[in-house]
Amino acid sequence: MRHGVARFVTGFLALPLGLYLFYVVWPFLQAAGYSLTDWGGYSDRQQFVGLENYIRLFSDELIRKAFWHNVFFLVTVPLFTIALALFLAFLLNVGGREDRAGVRGVFGSGLYKVIFFFPQVLSLVVIAVMWQQIYRADGQGLINGVLMKIGLINSDDPITFMYDPEPFLGVPAVLWWLLLIAVWSGAGFYMVLFSAAMQSIPKDIFEAAILDGASRFHTFFRITLPLLRDTVSVAWVYLGFIALDMFALVYIMTPSQGGPNHASEIFASVINFNAFQKGQFGYACAIAVALAIFTILLAALQLRITRRERIEY
Amino acid sequence: MSTVTHTPGGPAGPDQAPPARRTPGQRTGGGGGRTGARIFNGFSHLFLAVWGVMVVYPLLWVVMSALKTDAEVIRKPLSLLPERLQWDNFARAWTEGHIGSFFLNTVLVLTGSVFLTMLLGSMAAYVLARYEFPGNRLIYYTFLSGLTLPIYLAAVPLFKGVYNIGFAFPPLGPNKHLMLILVYVAWSLAFTVFFMHSFFRTLPTAIAEAAMVDGASHSRLFFSVMLPMAKPGLISIGIFNVLGQWNQWYLPTLLMQSVAGEPKNQVISQGLIELSVNQGYRSDWSGLFAGVTMAMLPVLVVYIVFQRQVQSGLTAGVGK
Repeated sequence: MRHGVARFVTGFLALPLGLYLFYVVWPFLQAAGYSLTDWGGYSDRQQFVGLENYIRLFSDELIRKAFWHNVFFLVTVPLFTIALALFLAFLLNVGGREDRAGVRGVFGSGLYKVIFFFPQVLSLVVIAVMWQQIYRADGQGLINGVLMKIGLINSDDPITFMYDPEPFLGVPAVLWWLLLIAVWSGAGFYMVLFSAAMQSIPKDIFEAAILDGASRFHTFFRITLPLLRDTVSVAWVYLGFIALDMFALVYIMTPSQGGPNHASEIFASVINFNAFQKGQFGYACAIAVALAIFTILLAALQLRITRRERIEY
Repeated sequence: MSTVTHTPGGPAGPDQAPPARRTPGQRTGGGGGRTGARIFNGFSHLFLAVWGVMVVYPLLWVVMSALKTDAEVIRKPLSLLPERLQWDNFARAWTEGHIGSFFLNTVLVLTGSVFLTMLLGSMAAYVLARYEFPGNRLIYYTFLSGLTLPIYLAAVPLFKGVYNIGFAFPPLGPNKHLMLILVYVAWSLAFTVFFMHSFFRTLPTAIAEAAMVDGASHSRLFFSVMLPMAKPGLISIGIFNVLGQWNQWYLPTLLMQSVAGEPKNQVISQGLIELSVNQGYRSDWSGLFAGVTMAMLPVLVVYIVFQRQVQSGLTAGVGK
């Protein structure tokens, strides 16, 4: 019998684990190894250079830029997406007739939820290519076209979107435009998530609050929102990962994948640039390892901060 | 934090002072004191509708632009009503833009990869969740670690590895469907195992024991008892994987580059990127819009039909 179990376990694990080790784990380990060499990627010549790549990393102007751009997304993407999603969920759920307790939903809330969720099922590539057309820097673009029509901007002086490295609030304008896309595509999903969490709060809590004379604004801010804390912090962690992964937008939409003039570089685009355009695989791997360490530290930090006793109901 | 973000936008003014102390009896009563609620409802609808338009309008604009002539796209970029419906834009994108073959490639790859992901993922998750053996935790955490590591870290060696295998065994080399299937499966396993692991944990043991008493083998137990019981979880993670792999663009861009003369085995995301790059030279705007529409509509239609399952499937992925 014991023997049978061992054979069964091995049989079930062999294939998935093998695939995973070969296509996921092994490349990761190799990357860590290559990061200590000066391998160019196209030749077989590679020399062990120790930590040289890592030392170089700290004085690389491009990496410093990419780091701050990543930090920018890391703060703004979750902040704006969650704020907007909560606001939409609030409007959707707190409105409606008042004869019943708190979470009920305005008329047509089902339809709104279906529509707001649309961007979530579209691929990043579709979203990027679509927004490329919306952001066109001439009258043919959707935004420029509309603004010209209502006379808000002059047709000789359109908004240049992806070609605009001028800082706005200290951050290149192109990053703000990318942020807008990220928020546009994420808000609906998190709104649905928050709505579901709101609806899972038991009705008797709201009934008790209403008996005590609380208005729906009070019930929302004093009861619903605190009980959503768990969901919001999970959302924050997930959005953090999404913020680190803005590469699809940068790759497809910005000039020379990180431009103009490196104004929209992020970690991923710097790795791509060094590995496939400058042919410095060893150095690219060192950047990637640094990014991985950064990610893991960040994930650990977020779990630490957001950990809190769950409220059971 | 959220309180701060809400107050500026919220119409707190009119309803700030609610009719003080209401008794339960009163709240079922009609009309009086409801103006605040009405204003608030109006405001809700206004804002929700504005956001709805901001979501739908760009999508509609893309679809409608796909039905215009190129001249019309340039002359009247904003109009949502084409003068005459140009269906041949779709035909052109489908054949000349290769969207057709990219589409078939994607379907082919996804059929294999989603099936294998689900099968192998739940097998591994099941064994890890319900059997004690040395190394169990180690293997579980190995799978888990794949969730946090960025894919870019593996890009260079993965590319090199696939390239090298291609010399020894061409079907697993670059620009091959089978290779992409296996890579998709491997990269989807981390989350699938993580998700199904927690699901198998919650299944009752009594039924499993009963089946064992009746003489079912371990694998029989899995395929005829446990897997059917895990159906809700399988649906969620299945939807998650279908969408995730359909939307995958980085792995194909890395691994599915066709050298001149090779058949074009690229998937739809790559096709769109290619179309959007080429369109700059050929200025085939309507063809580009048609390509985006064709990549977008099937997913949207599937979503609208199965919206309840898709929404709960995707949100369950985050909730766990």
